Amino acid sequence: MTAETAKRQAFVPELLGRSDYAIIGEIVEPNTKVLDLGCGEGELLQWLAENKGVDARGVEISGVKVQRAIARGVSVYQGDIDEGLADYPSSAFDYVILSQTLQQTHRPLKVVREMLRVGRRVIVAFPNFGHWAVRLSMLVGGGAPKTKLFPYNWYDSPNIHFLTVRDFEALVGVERLVVERRYFLAGRRKVWLLPNLLAEVAVYLLSGSAG
Amino acid sequence: MMVEANCVRFNSLLLDNGATLAPVDVAYETYGELNAQRNNAILILHAFSGDAHAAGISHDGGKPGWWDNCIGPGKAFDTSRYFIICSNILGGCRGTTGPPSLNPATGCPYAMSFPVITIADMVRLQTMLIDWFGIERLLAVSGGSMGGMQALEWAVAYPERVVSAIPIACTTRHSAQQIAFNEVGRQAIMADPDWNNGDYYGSKPPARGLAVARMIGHITYMSDDSMREKFGRRLRGKQTFGFDFDVDFEVESYLRYRGSEFVNRFDANSYLYITKAMDYFDLSNRQGSLATAFAATQARFLVISFSSDWLYPSYQSQEIVRALRTRNRDVAYVELPSNYGHDAFLVDVAEQTDLIRGFLASTFDKVQ
Repeated sequence: MTAETAKRQAFVPELLGRSDYAIIGEIVEPNTKVLDLGCGEGELLQWLAENKGVDARGVEISGVKVQRAIARGVSVYQGDIDEGLADYPSSAFDYVILSQTLQQTHRPLKVVREMLRVGRRVIVAFPNFGHWAVRLSMLVGGGAPKTKLFPYNWYDSPNIHFLTVRDFEALVGVERLVVERRYFLAGRRKVWLLPNLLAEVAVYLLSGSAG
Repeated sequence: MMVEANCVRFNSLLLDNGATLAPVDVAYETYGELNAQRNNAILILHAFSGDAHAAGISHDGGKPGWWDNCIGPGKAFDTSRYFIICSNILGGCRGTTGPPSLNPATGCPYAMSFPVITIADMVRLQTMLIDWFGIERLLAVSGGSMGGMQALEWAVAYPERVVSAIPIACTTRHSAQQIAFNEVGRQAIMADPDWNNGDYYGSKPPARGLAVARMIGHITYMSDDSMREKFGRRLRGKQTFGFDFDVDFEVESYLRYRGSEFVNRFDANSYLYITKAMDYFDLSNRQGSLATAFAATQARFLVISFSSDWLYPSYQSQEIVRALRTRNRDVAYVELPSNYGHDAFLVDVAEQTDLIRGFLASTFDKVQ
């Protein structure tokens, strides 16, 4: 399936049980160098290595997850995304992936800038806090929103920054980033209209500004 | 698996200090089979007091190897897939030429006339052994502690010969604290009158000094937690204090036992030379910086440290990882949780096994 035909399709196949992974799996070109930040147990990296022949590396803070990733043959090191990128030379990777983790970093802007420094392209996937279910939950319940996408109580949530599609678009403008592709998903369905209201997850393929 | 020690003699070895050692014997053992492509060979590098007997049951003596829980069929270093080599280090006293070996020029043991050696010298001798096997590239070099230092030296000095390196619980250079512990060990040996400036062969060896040195070593290999768990304040074979200076506590008994047992299998002069080689080791010094040193490396790396290892703390492993990252090298790293201190790489091996097994399998896939 080419990127063009995929774009026109209404549904996204799942990859490893996740539709955003399917998008990422589609974006990443074969035989490239990929760094996955917050890579968990390295499932996506392993898939990319086996199916796209990429040189796969990962960073993960949880020691237990790092162990499982290494045991499956993926080169992952235990470290903090907020600190971990500084050592890498510029443009060390073709892609730097941050999948559903931006909202958990302490300094998201610094992370995005660092990703764009060490990677020629950046893939960011994040849950959309502007989704109607989140808005409704807050409007009706009056408490911190709890939805399928944001299932945590406010006091034990790993999410510390809540961003919407609109917020991210604003950041793209301020930082003068180039959006090569953007995808909006609700479950396995692609969202074409009102993404800030209807998308559960957004996936952006970015490159740094030309000037 | 019954194994036999072998020995091979090389004509000469040029050393970092300019001297030439001739001839040089190397004691080694192998496990598993070298495949037809000769691409499944792994060199295991032993720590300070180890020897070539890394795995299996020795033919003479019936003792299991020092890493027998990690080397064998289905283990971390799977002998049904890989060909494993382990040799005794240069300067050792377990079959490879070292201070207790006879100097052919005099017919007497070298003792303190043995040249001061380095980690690089040990590795240079290992390259001769690997040449002798007809192996061009090693699938992996791996070891803990001083074995890890040798693995790093291999990856830096012979980058084209190392597909992957697994340095465990080690450092690129000794800290002041590590040098200090080694110096206390050396001083304990040299303060023993039986040491006699190293000239004790054929008479009484400096058993008390060597035992004290080993006792200090054992303390640094354990952790506060593991000692509390293993000994606590338990008394040894008595209900109350003896009010004398015989053994009261279990921990005293253990250290004395370890010390006296060590004397039977280790040479005091080897202790001096090998600890000195460890203290001299500094990958960054030779090349200006660690990042420069790693510039030439081609290997994949798996770096492992242990949470309770205070002799080779995790920050030292993280320095390796960070320097490799500045060169964008392929490096995996994790700090494994363990209460066993520095000894963890020898005794607490379940999680380490999963890491090494997966890392080696994916590395082996890449060379197929």
